[in-house]
Amino acid sequence: MTTLETAAKPEGLRRIAIDPVSRVEGHGKVTILLDDQRKVHQVRLHIVEFRGFERFIQGRPYWEVPVMVQRLCGICPVSHHLAAAKALDLVVGAKTLTPTADRVRRLMHYGQILQSHALHFFHLASPDLLFGFGSAPAKRNVVGVAAAQPELARQGVLLRKFGQEVIRVTAGKRVHGTGAVPGGVNKHVTRAERDELKAALSQVLEWARAGVQLISRLHLANRHLYDTFGTAKSNLLSLVGARGALELYDGTLRARDPDGKILFDGLDCQQYRSRIAEEVKSWSYMKFPYLSALGPEAGWYKVGPLARVQNCDVITTPLAEAERAAFRDAFDGAITHAPLAYHWARLIELLHAAELIARLLDDDALSEGPLTATGPRRAEGVGVIEAPRGTLIHHYKVAPDDLVTMCNLIVSTTHNNTAMNEVIREVARAELDGREPTEALLNHVEVAIRAFDPCLSCATHALGQMPLLVDLVDAQGLLVKQLRRDSP
Amino acid sequence: MTPPDLVLAVGNPSRGDDALGPAFAQHLEASFGPEIAAGQLEVLTDFQLNVEHSLDLLGRHRVVFVDATLESAAPFTFSPVTPRADHTFTSHALSPSAVLEAWHRVERGPPPSCFQLALRGTRFELGEPLTPQARDTLQQAARFFDAWWSGRAAPQIA
Repeated sequence: MTTLETAAKPEGLRRIAIDPVSRVEGHGKVTILLDDQRKVHQVRLHIVEFRGFERFIQGRPYWEVPVMVQRLCGICPVSHHLAAAKALDLVVGAKTLTPTADRVRRLMHYGQILQSHALHFFHLASPDLLFGFGSAPAKRNVVGVAAAQPELARQGVLLRKFGQEVIRVTAGKRVHGTGAVPGGVNKHVTRAERDELKAALSQVLEWARAGVQLISRLHLANRHLYDTFGTAKSNLLSLVGARGALELYDGTLRARDPDGKILFDGLDCQQYRSRIAEEVKSWSYMKFPYLSALGPEAGWYKVGPLARVQNCDVITTPLAEAERAAFRDAFDGAITHAPLAYHWARLIELLHAAELIARLLDDDALSEGPLTATGPRRAEGVGVIEAPRGTLIHHYKVAPDDLVTMCNLIVSTTHNNTAMNEVIREVARAELDGREPTEALLNHVEVAIRAFDPCLSCATHALGQMPLLVDLVDAQGLLVKQLRRDSP
Repeated sequence: MTPPDLVLAVGNPSRGDDALGPAFAQHLEASFGPEIAAGQLEVLTDFQLNVEHSLDLLGRHRVVFVDATLESAAPFTFSPVTPRADHTFTSHALSPSAVLEAWHRVERGPPPSCFQLALRGTRFELGEPLTPQARDTLQQAARFFDAWWSGRAAPQIA
């Protein structure tokens, strides 16, 4: 790790707070300590998240959990729904799901991946990428995109809507769905629902392909920026499937070192604690996971699209595999750690999800066959899924009276905690050292964080809670300057 | 046939007074069952507003966004919504004005009449129930909406 985590002598340094970080979910705060010559001494991303979530779940009947966990997060409720159901499959003894349950859950998951990735690229990230990190804030948002490229903005809305429809037909409702239950699912997808989704598929696939081509063009047109901005080398972690294929729903855990060498492979998800440990730091509520064999200093890692696309050996759908090959060739087969490459990898996954949805909609197991499986009851289960933002781990223990006695969640953004901190330190060092911090320069820090698409908190969103406030405070604690991002 | 009137209530049912939106939707579903069944009114809930909700506005005559608020006056405010590209356009959770702006950008036509029913909340902690004040707010807002929707109340209170 870099040396900018903790300043040697923080007293007397000027403090900049970016609070909260915009265009990421929930509430994050970045603090930067500068000396009188504006040299950066300390950079930290502070997270207020997930406190009390485990306590919220403990004591509830296990069958309530897949529904209740959706209330932990308004952005990726489907991922929590499925990860919890997967963990509780084992508790009810369903080591192997019925074909129907497997297909319905996968369809739901791919719908979630597609809609989440579409929102992030077309609405949250594209303004920075299209107009530049330092462009006028009034233009640097999706309204600016809509004005300059109205069709792109429209595609983002309609792709997102398509993913939501996939979720609706598989989960039963647009929100608070109950589709996945311990041991399987509670409904089929009707042939009429499949036909309705199929009718939109060719357009969805076309937009998904165009999206990958757009981001690859943007990346390749500005290689130096995209390859070097905030780059910090780390290990990589994700699920992989059979033959090392990209796998988003179910598989075994694989980790690579920063140069691509496999550190472990084929790890049964039930054994995640044998390889992953978590460190607590006094200045953040979010834990800092690491590969236990390497220790916290060297064992931190990335998850999410950039990790997954480079951790796998192949993608099982042809269009996405061709794009993965192009991505790999663009980096001469080497692992890239550039945060901005997350966008390219994310769009490859969006295309993969669209192809998987197309494939699944032709599978009659969606519409007929047993919904659930059972087996010998167990007291414990771990469910791991590749959520849009990365590996998501749900771990439960259930007592004979059916009440949950232990709950441990490691969410995607937590896995990326150290990586995000290291990346913004690189950006601060490169962009802020010796310069007067302006809104445009501070946006560079946010661009780096946004590349990870972090989901920092939960679904609380009362009106009026999302301003961006930047306070510049001198060594005596007096407010020197304030930047506020409200209406453009 | 798309129901001409839509109530779009948002909030997390497990986060204290953030549940005001979903609780209000439950009230409507219980009170206006025949009207909903007859296709006069549709009630939707979600955790938060986002760009795709702009598509829910298609074919509507009136739309009411319902959400908990920390900022508006107690117990509630009811006001018209106009398209505006405010700062929520940069987040995962849009304001009603930003949803309307998204609709405007995507559909490029005149929007339906939109209103915001902002219900004052005070506590938003995970696992907490509605506060007593929020329950009172809910009842008052429900009475107002019932009168407004049936044409017995002024169109706006701000």
